[in-house]
Amino acid sequence: MAMDAGKADEQHSRTSERRGEPLVVVSQVQKHYGEFQALTDIDLTVNRGEVVVVIGPSGSGKSTLCRTINRLETITSGSIAIDGRELPKEGRALADLRADVGMVFQSFNLFAHLTVLENVTLGPIKVRHLKKADAEREAKVLLDRVGVGQQAGKLPAQLSGGQQQRVAIARALAMNPKVMLFDEPTSALDPEMINEVLDVMVALAQDGMTMIVVTHEMGFARKAADRVVFMADGRIVEESTPDEFFTNPKSDRAKDFLSKLITH
Amino acid sequence: MDVIFGNLDLWGRALGNTLLVFAFGGVIALVLGLVVGAMRVSPVPIARAVGTVYVNIIRNTPLTLVFFFFVFGYPVLGLPRLSNTVLGILAIGIYTATYVAETLRAGISTVPVGQAEAARAIGLPFGQVMSLIVLPQAFRTVVPPMMSVFIALLKNTTVAAGFSIGELAALRATINDSHDRPGNPMEVLLWVAVVFVVLVLLMSWVQRYLENRWRIAR
Repeated sequence: MAMDAGKADEQHSRTSERRGEPLVVVSQVQKHYGEFQALTDIDLTVNRGEVVVVIGPSGSGKSTLCRTINRLETITSGSIAIDGRELPKEGRALADLRADVGMVFQSFNLFAHLTVLENVTLGPIKVRHLKKADAEREAKVLLDRVGVGQQAGKLPAQLSGGQQQRVAIARALAMNPKVMLFDEPTSALDPEMINEVLDVMVALAQDGMTMIVVTHEMGFARKAADRVVFMADGRIVEESTPDEFFTNPKSDRAKDFLSKLITH
Repeated sequence: MDVIFGNLDLWGRALGNTLLVFAFGGVIALVLGLVVGAMRVSPVPIARAVGTVYVNIIRNTPLTLVFFFFVFGYPVLGLPRLSNTVLGILAIGIYTATYVAETLRAGISTVPVGQAEAARAIGLPFGQVMSLIVLPQAFRTVVPPMMSVFIALLKNTTVAAGFSIGELAALRATINDSHDRPGNPMEVLLWVAVVFVVLVLLMSWVQRYLENRWRIAR
């Protein structure tokens, strides 16, 4: 236990000491699906320790942007760099980089044939080459932290959606990522389970994790975001603090989007 | 019953040869089929192309012809000499691998794409994405058709009889051609068929066991 605490401190000091430096740099990214242009002229820099929330109407390209950052989607042109390293094209180097980028999916994507504990330990054992016992000890700490420690021996299908998503967060955290990507993490959840996931994410943000969050949860954006990025039609239309964005949006697209949210 | 007990030595050898061709052919088919099946879904275009060509050429060739190539074609190449049994095992293994690959590919396509994405997202390279996440789940869904492939393999071993490999289907000739052995052709063939029925029943039992054991909850 003392060791885990020491590690957390070390990590914390490492992140805080370099806090504010650019960690994810997206520049001039274009993405086409055949004729259709999904992303246009995307420039986005996310600094260490920063929580950036990406919002926008469906089809605006926000999920696509999120997925390009660990190259689950390829880009047509432009560049994406993480911690100063350009994303490799394929192969081992790309796998190594992905290990440093945590990803949480809309549909959880827990490995269906593995237990909760195995889901969390797989990466640390196979990619980080931790000993099984060490990986399991750390996994249990993480599972407790997201509140599903009791479910360690179960299969994903035996858990509720909210529990599954919290396990997915623990699975990503187990890799000690430099940045966490959340691709609409609560969109597939029943309303009463959304908050248990958001609470975990807020706690993570308060711990200083660098996060890029695509979401429709405006409450989370207000509470945890350092910056809000508003996208429409594959472009970044507006970028500001949550306060500024929600009280005084500049673009018509953003005003229109926000007014629709309020009337519902 | 004389046809059995009067020829017990031959039955033993024949059954042994059938199981030998089945077992080694099956291992080759499974390993090669795994590799080819993975190649067919690989992100590397050249691997996909090689896999597709392999499946299309071998699967489109009749099994008997594949045997001809191995048993009569191979010795012409001047490579190290191999026994007919070894050549027969290679022929049937390489032939059945195409069916294993295609069955696996069908299974792979039933695994939600998010499973592979999540595996890639934690930094697993393609080989481990397949071996740790996709294939174990694909296997579970393809147990019934995969077992059919192996049942077909077992029965296809009888083609080897035509190539001087003394397995079960060759028994009729061996017994009837020697005048001092008991049993007429009908008796021998009926008993050979019974042996195959029993062997296939055993495999069906293995199938049921695997289906229960690997049942997956989604």
